[in-house]
Amino acid sequence: MDIGDSVIDVTGLRRRYGPAGGKGFEAVRDVSFTVGRGELFALLGTNGAGKTSTVELLEGLARPTGGRVRVLGHDPYAERRVVRPRVGMMLQEGGFPSDLTAAETVRMWAGCTTGARPVDEALGLVKLAKRRDVRVKQLSGGERRRLDLALALIGRPEVLFLDEPTTGLDPEARHDTWELVRRLRADGTTVLLTTHYLEEAEALADRLAIMREGQVVVTGSPGEVIGAYPARIRFAMPPGWFVGDLPPLGELGVLRHEETDGRIELQTHELQRTLTGLLVWARDKGLELDGLDARTASLEEAFLAIAGAGAPTGASETSGAVGTNTGRGER
Amino acid sequence: MTTTRMLAMGRAELLLLSRNKMALYVALLLPAFMAWAMRNGISKIDPEDAGMSVNEIALTGAFGYILLFVVYQNLVSSLVARREELVLKRLRTGEASDVEILAGTALPSVAVALAQCVVLLVAGIAWLDLRAVTRPDLLLAGLVLGLAMSIALAAVTTVIAKTVESAQLVTTPLMVVSLMGSGLVVPVEIFPDTVAEVCRLLPLTPVVELMRGGWLGGMDAGEALRSLATALAWTALAVFAVRRWFRWEPRR
Repeated sequence: MDIGDSVIDVTGLRRRYGPAGGKGFEAVRDVSFTVGRGELFALLGTNGAGKTSTVELLEGLARPTGGRVRVLGHDPYAERRVVRPRVGMMLQEGGFPSDLTAAETVRMWAGCTTGARPVDEALGLVKLAKRRDVRVKQLSGGERRRLDLALALIGRPEVLFLDEPTTGLDPEARHDTWELVRRLRADGTTVLLTTHYLEEAEALADRLAIMREGQVVVTGSPGEVIGAYPARIRFAMPPGWFVGDLPPLGELGVLRHEETDGRIELQTHELQRTLTGLLVWARDKGLELDGLDARTASLEEAFLAIAGAGAPTGASETSGAVGTNTGRGER
Repeated sequence: MTTTRMLAMGRAELLLLSRNKMALYVALLLPAFMAWAMRNGISKIDPEDAGMSVNEIALTGAFGYILLFVVYQNLVSSLVARREELVLKRLRTGEASDVEILAGTALPSVAVALAQCVVLLVAGIAWLDLRAVTRPDLLLAGLVLGLAMSIALAAVTTVIAKTVESAQLVTTPLMVVSLMGSGLVVPVEIFPDTVAEVCRLLPLTPVVELMRGGWLGGMDAGEALRSLATALAWTALAVFAVRRWFRWEPRR
C-alpha cells in the first residue's frame, strides 16, 4: 500500500449532511492530507469551516460520503475494533456524568480501555490528582477539559485526536497542556489537533492545514504558511508628498501598495531591503514618517487572509513554498 | 473484554443510581408498594373468575411493576440524562460497542430487577404459601424477554424525550397502558373476550402471562407459544426501532 510512514492518510474526503442536491449541505469537500508518525498536525479554520466534521471522520465516528480515510493503515469506521484500542480522542465538548467524581470517571473509562494507565497516573498527567474526589459538576470548565484529556491519554494511544483541547483553559493550564502534548509527541505519539488559538498551532504544530468552506486551502509548516505572506510597512505620507514621490517601488521590492487617507501600506517579501530604501529616501529628503510600522506576517495574518471570507489581499501575487491555491481568491 | 467494559460502565451507573435518591426510591420501593396497594383493589373484584387467589395475582403482577418501574422508567431517565450530558457520545469514542454501552447502562437496573424477582419468589413461596414454580423454563423465558423488551422500549422512548424532566412524562403512555391492560393489576382473563384478546397483544401482557404461567402453571403449549411469539415480536420491533431511531447525542 501507499501508506509508507504516514499514520493518517486522507484522500478526497467528503461529508455531506442531509440529502443530495440543494437541500443537503456538504461540510467536507474533497479534503486530502497525510500525517506522518510522530508528527503534530494542526487543523485550523473558522467556525463552520469543516474541522470537526473532518476530525469525526478520522475518528471513525461517522462514515464519509466519499473518499478514503486510513488511520494506522485501517478504515477507522469499518475497522473500529482494530483502530480504537490504538487511538485516543478528546471531543470538542466532553461528556461526563456530573455526579461521578474525577477518579470514578477515570476508573470507568479505564475499565473500557485496553492497557489502561492506573487511575492516579492518568489524573497526575493532567495535574488533577488533588481533585480526584471532586464531583465532575464541581470541577471548573478548564478542569473538565483536563479530565477529558486524561481519558484520551488513558490507553497510551499511538494517535491522539484533540478537538480544541485548550478552549476554556487559563494561560497556565494551557501551557501545561502544551508541555504535555510536546512530551507525548517526543515519545512518538502522532497528534492531530484542531484549535482556535493560532499561537497554539504556531507553538506546537510541525505542519498545519487551514480549512475554508470544507476545503483545505493551505498546508505546510507554520514557517512555510507564514512565509508565503508578505511583510507590511505602514506610515503616513508627510503633507504635500505623494506616493509618486517615493523611489520606484519595484526597485524597493514592493509587491503592492495601498493608500487610504494619506496612510500608505507597502507589502514586500524583502522587508529589510524595502525598509532600508524607504528610510534612506526619507532621510535624504529630510522627512519624518509618522506612525511608521514594519512587521513580518504572523500566522494570524496568514490565517485571516486565507480563512476569511473576503478576497485575500495580495494573495494572488504570492506563491512559492506552500502548496496554496485550491480555490484561494475564489468567491 | 466485553464483560469488563460492561461491568465498568455498570459500576459507574450503579454509583449514579445510589446518588439519585428519587430514582433509588422508585427502583427499590415502588414495585413492592404497588403490589401491596393493588392487592386491596384486587380483593374487591372476585378473583375467582381468573382462577387465582388475591396473593397469586398481586405477586405475579409485581413482575410487571418491576419491569416497568425498575427497568423501563429508570432506564429512560438515565439514558436521557447520559445523552443530554454527552456521556453517550463520549462513550462511543472509546472501545465499547453501541450494544455494550446500552447494556452497560442498563446493568444496574437489570441487577436490581433480578434481585427483586428472586425476593418475590422466595417471599411468595416461603411466607405467602404460593406453590413452587411449576414451569421454570417459561418463567425464565418471560423474564429474559421482559428484560430485553423493557430495555429496548426504554431506548426507543428516549427518542421523544428532549430533557431529563420530560423523561418522566414520555414513559406515561406505556406505563398506563401496561398497568391497565397487561394483567398487572387485574388478570386479562377477567375482561370480556374481545377486550382480553386486544390486551394480549400489548407488549407487556405476554411477558406477565409467561411469568405468571411459569410460576403458577395452567398454561398450555398453545398459550405459551403464542405469548412467546408476541413477546419476541415486540422485542424485535423495539430493537429495530432502536437501531433506526436511537439518538446518541442531543438534538442540536
